[in-house]
Amino acid sequence: MANGARAEERRWYDRLLVVDRRWIYLILALAVILPAIVPFDVSTGISTEVRRVYGFVDDLKPGEVVHIAIDYDPSTLAELHPMTEAILRQAFNRGARLIFTTLSQFGPAMAEEMITRVAAETGKKRGVDYTFLGYKPYPGITILAMGSNYRVPFPTDYYGTPVDSIPMMRDIHNFRNVKGVIALAGGNVADFWIQYGNAKYGVPLGLGVTGVMASDYYPYLQSGQIFGLIPGMKGAAEYELLAKRQGQGSRGMPYQMTTHLVILVFMVITNIAYLAQRAARKRAGEVRR
Amino acid sequence: MEPTWGALAWQGLAAIVTLGIFSFLAGDNPFYKIIERTWVGVTTGYWLMLLYHTSFHDKVWVNIVVQHKWWYILPTFLGLLMWLRLSRKLAWISRYALAFYIGISTGIYIPLAFKNFVFLQLEGAVRPISFDAAGINFVIALVGLTCSLSYFFFSKPHTGILGGMSKAGILTLMIGFGAGFGLTVMGRVALLVQRVIFLRDYSVNLFGKIF
Amino acid sequence: MKRQIPIALVFVAGLLLVIQFFVPHPASEFFFTFATDWIIVIGILALPIGIFSLLRNTYMKGRSDSKERIYSIATFAGFFLMVVSGLPSGSREAGSLHMKFFQNLLVPAQATLFSMLAFYIASAAYRAFRMRTLLAGVLLITAFVVMLRLIPLPEPLSTWNSELVRWILAVPNMAAKRAIIIGVALGAITYSMKILLGIETAYMGRD
Repeated sequence: MANGARAEERRWYDRLLVVDRRWIYLILALAVILPAIVPFDVSTGISTEVRRVYGFVDDLKPGEVVHIAIDYDPSTLAELHPMTEAILRQAFNRGARLIFTTLSQFGPAMAEEMITRVAAETGKKRGVDYTFLGYKPYPGITILAMGSNYRVPFPTDYYGTPVDSIPMMRDIHNFRNVKGVIALAGGNVADFWIQYGNAKYGVPLGLGVTGVMASDYYPYLQSGQIFGLIPGMKGAAEYELLAKRQGQGSRGMPYQMTTHLVILVFMVITNIAYLAQRAARKRAGEVRR
Repeated sequence: MEPTWGALAWQGLAAIVTLGIFSFLAGDNPFYKIIERTWVGVTTGYWLMLLYHTSFHDKVWVNIVVQHKWWYILPTFLGLLMWLRLSRKLAWISRYALAFYIGISTGIYIPLAFKNFVFLQLEGAVRPISFDAAGINFVIALVGLTCSLSYFFFSKPHTGILGGMSKAGILTLMIGFGAGFGLTVMGRVALLVQRVIFLRDYSVNLFGKIF
Repeated sequence: MKRQIPIALVFVAGLLLVIQFFVPHPASEFFFTFATDWIIVIGILALPIGIFSLLRNTYMKGRSDSKERIYSIATFAGFFLMVVSGLPSGSREAGSLHMKFFQNLLVPAQATLFSMLAFYIASAAYRAFRMRTLLAGVLLITAFVVMLRLIPLPEPLSTWNSELVRWILAVPNMAAKRAIIIGVALGAITYSMKILLGIETAYMGRD
């Protein structure tokens, strides 16, 4: 009886504030499934920081060497794989020679699959147009060692071929021989690249990072320690727009829109309910007084 | 190109794994636990093989056994000493290897951290002021930075001018955290989107093949 | 012997590397290269300790708890699956059995585990993100504005919002994150100095 009376006292805002989390999950699931059933496009503006990375790759002359660091694992591939693919395709099409490394322990297989696929599609040869050096543990130390000589951490490439016998690597020893590094990083490897790659050796550095990390790298952008920044899936979509080739980044944007809309509505509803509850409590307090 | 039955079977395994993990949203269950624990084993096995093929083989085996660079025996020995951490009695011996490692890492870190995180950041923060939009933004950023730093300064009570500055500092920090949260939502949603797109494409391929 | 020699080793190795930073001589560069090379080798041999510990704990848990046994078996099955399929030298190339297990077992499991964070962050946004104080309000409004960027709005609202987000990220956010970077760095440098000087020895564990 007492419980029933208490239930009657519960107003709309009380009920909204204690909604079961599974309802939230269900609504979010419906929002994310919607664009899969009813496809639509979303327009995207292009930010300066993404444009700078695109411009760097676009300015490459045939034969110039760029180091692309694929430093993420499956937990962040959704955000970083699309931008990696767009950069790879663009750089290969510009005729640049590419060095690949991956300093994340679950990254090499993903990186190898993508590099091999995009190289085949653009008609590039392993050892001539690109070299995949592979993985070594301890990213900070490995970056420092690469700055001395790529052969220190990587005496052989990912496939076990001695680096000295790779035609492309004959005239490449360290960061002085590359035009820049583009690090696609899903964790603190990005910090290691800034601290050990840029600050120690002065190599120009562009970053592609996850949405979670993105806001932390604006100080480095302002100080010129990085020349550009691609933040998360939106950054990837912007890059694809610049490269005029739709990929997984652009494809994900309608899904981003629906889920963001739902979360924003959640935020509005819960705050209206909260403010209403607070106002009601205040009124009740005044009456009692 | 139409996918083969073999490719669809492998993708089917990926779809089962995806749905199995998602089942956790309804509550902990044996299906989820089996997949999660298998994943733990798979990641461990993958990493061990990766370390063997791409690190141990070329940096230790080839250097010592194939190329007879005997000086690599010393770091190899130090690395093996680390394993003594598993023994209660002999764990202290592993400290020699650890000390070497920590000494070098710390020695490298200190000057570079000063340069990268302090000097270059302060250099970015202190620039000539101009009387345009960029100049105003620069002053706002500098004031925000100074106030935020004063919030972290605990050697003096936060009263008077320092109190006001630290209040402005926490306000700046909150804007930073808010921006971080907004972008974090994008990041987390992206991970979900990728799985949904995978399941959608797989369903389309599978039903396209069957019907 | 048990503590003093490691402390001395840390000090000497650390000091040499600090001096090396300021001396751009070929001999100093050689020493630096040598040090990083050795560290990589030590690390390669040390990392499998973690793998061994994990397997040992899984085994112990499976042995002592009958309910956990099936899950421990699953972990070992996954481990041996990858080790056996990964032994051949060609196993790292696309199309191998090892890579198929990687692409269709490891990748979806890890990607999905992290994708569930979307549900948790939505739940957190609903249940905890409330305008309780002025500061919480500032945080909420900033997050709202940044998230709104992904929703197509009618012009000129869309342009205004994009410009505002750009300003937030490049000015106040940048100042806040820079303060954190400097603050954290000063703390980390102090801690490193304490390690170098032998004041901080927690890394050694207990005797």
